[in-house]
Amino acid sequence: MSESSEHDDTAVLSARGLVKTFGRVIGLDGVDLDLQRGEVLAVIGDNGAGKSTLIKTLTGALVPDAGEIRMDGHPVSFKRPQDAREAGIETVYQTLAVAPALDIASNLYLAREERRPGPLGSVLRMLDKKGMRERAQKSVSDLGISTVQNMAVAVESLSGGQRQAVAVARAAAFGGKVVVLDEPTAALGVKESAQVLRLVESLRERGLGVILISHNMPHVWQVADRIHVQRLGRCAGVISPESHSMTDGVAIMTGALSLDA
Amino acid sequence: MTVTTEGSPATNGAPAGRAATELAERRRRPLQRVQHLLHAHPAVSPAIILVITCVVFTMLNPRFSEPGTVSLMVQQTAVVAALAVGQTLIILTAGIDLSVGAAAILAMMVMASYGSEHGLPGGAALLLGLVVAIVAGALNGALVTRLKLPPFIVTLGTLSVFTAITLIYTGGQSIQQIAMPDLLSWTGDTHAIGDFRVTNGVLLCVLLYLVVGFALSQTAWGRHVYAVGDDPEAARLAGIRTTRVLFSVYVVAGVVYGIAAWILIGRAGAASPNAIGDANLESITAVVIGGTSLFGGRGGVVGTLLGALIVQAFALGLSLAGVDDQYRLLAVGILVVAAVSVDQWIRKVRA
Repeated sequence: MSESSEHDDTAVLSARGLVKTFGRVIGLDGVDLDLQRGEVLAVIGDNGAGKSTLIKTLTGALVPDAGEIRMDGHPVSFKRPQDAREAGIETVYQTLAVAPALDIASNLYLAREERRPGPLGSVLRMLDKKGMRERAQKSVSDLGISTVQNMAVAVESLSGGQRQAVAVARAAAFGGKVVVLDEPTAALGVKESAQVLRLVESLRERGLGVILISHNMPHVWQVADRIHVQRLGRCAGVISPESHSMTDGVAIMTGALSLDA
Repeated sequence: MTVTTEGSPATNGAPAGRAATELAERRRRPLQRVQHLLHAHPAVSPAIILVITCVVFTMLNPRFSEPGTVSLMVQQTAVVAALAVGQTLIILTAGIDLSVGAAAILAMMVMASYGSEHGLPGGAALLLGLVVAIVAGALNGALVTRLKLPPFIVTLGTLSVFTAITLIYTGGQSIQQIAMPDLLSWTGDTHAIGDFRVTNGVLLCVLLYLVVGFALSQTAWGRHVYAVGDDPEAARLAGIRTTRVLFSVYVVAGVVYGIAAWILIGRAGAASPNAIGDANLESITAVVIGGTSLFGGRGGVVGTLLGALIVQAFALGLSLAGVDDQYRLLAVGILVVAAVSVDQWIRKVRA
């Protein structure tokens, strides 16, 4: 078995030899991954290939059994999602991780609420609701999201695409370096999917590194710069939309084609 | 055909969506507006019920709205209303606390006995009782967050445990107010505001609502309580330390029960281990009628205060109208079922 290669220190996020097991089930079996700034790296793979496990270890939701993660060349270790967030990695989970009964602004600032200036904030710990609402409005319009207007509306009254947009806006507003999106278009219709893909492109234009997990090959081939193919807990290869067709990608994913260079 | 343009503008106006937009606007008829209003302001329905209740009972017997009656009603509400503050916090996290009354009575008996038989100064006895209540709340919280047990089972167990400890500790004996330091019965002292008579206990209860209401609506902690009750996994992924928030809710509830115990001494004029036997059910009733969802994440203390007042208004109003007390039970029961039905209905709201 070949040992993992050296870290790519120009990458904003780089992982080497990630291993994660659940009892006797092997989730990750020595996976390497590199993500550059201003790049959309798609992660594809069949069910059980280790996609979710891979991104969970990268975002602090799971702690890997072995392997190393570096950001900008510096080793990091994430014990919980908050650690990854503080390091500049924002995640949009498939479940979106929004509180349905809270309004949009509260959701954007969930777990990093801002207090009012002066004694109202420092002594009474009063939230700066107005300020957060205004800044939420700004981050939403900066991303060109036109479908979400009123920041005081409860998230549960939004459509699937609007909720997705809120979750992406949250990640974009705070994502210092990396944004991870797990199946962002899975539950959406054609029009809403197109809007989310445009959001992904606008994240790239801002110079963020984007990891996109998706089952939808046309979407992947539309926005990805490179494609990491995950198979049976390992990386079966990294391809690009230019180098390989969608059919090739699916063949590598299922093991019909192998990328032994 | 007329096209109404009121309401929200259509989402980034695709011309093909015109018929759909029209349909969507048409669907938002009066009933739906009510649904949206209740969804945004869950305290509106108990407020309406309280107003109707008061109007009807005043028409049945004008004495109902006399200052003396209202003062009595408010004083009678204070203890359950105070306990219901803690109950509201726990129900907001999708939990339930069956041990409210038992914890408060244990704290009260500790206050009373240390203040009288053991001769501690009032302040020290009060503090000791508060500590007991906080420990009781923390025990519930630890069992829920560390052992991951369902709150219903945990508090069903601690209900018996706290009750048993109280009875073993006191031997079932009551302690009269005369034997206690003045500070412990301070909550029973009254002030006259015009024709109204308000006890310190009532003022303390109001203060409790203001403080907890402020914390829930204006601080990050409050946001997190709602988020944890709404969807704990989402809250965790969003970066909230959910076990810490959950534990803090049970501890704060303990503080509230300690203060409620103090109010109870003033109200009853004695400390009896058999007082407020149904406090757990009465506090849950107040919370539910007040529009807080048993599924967590929705509601607040304003509704709970209204809910507690509604129950007491029914009790007083029906007795003033000369109706058998059993009908009060019937009316409150119907209200509870109606409140939960309304909650289920408004949860289905969609924009």
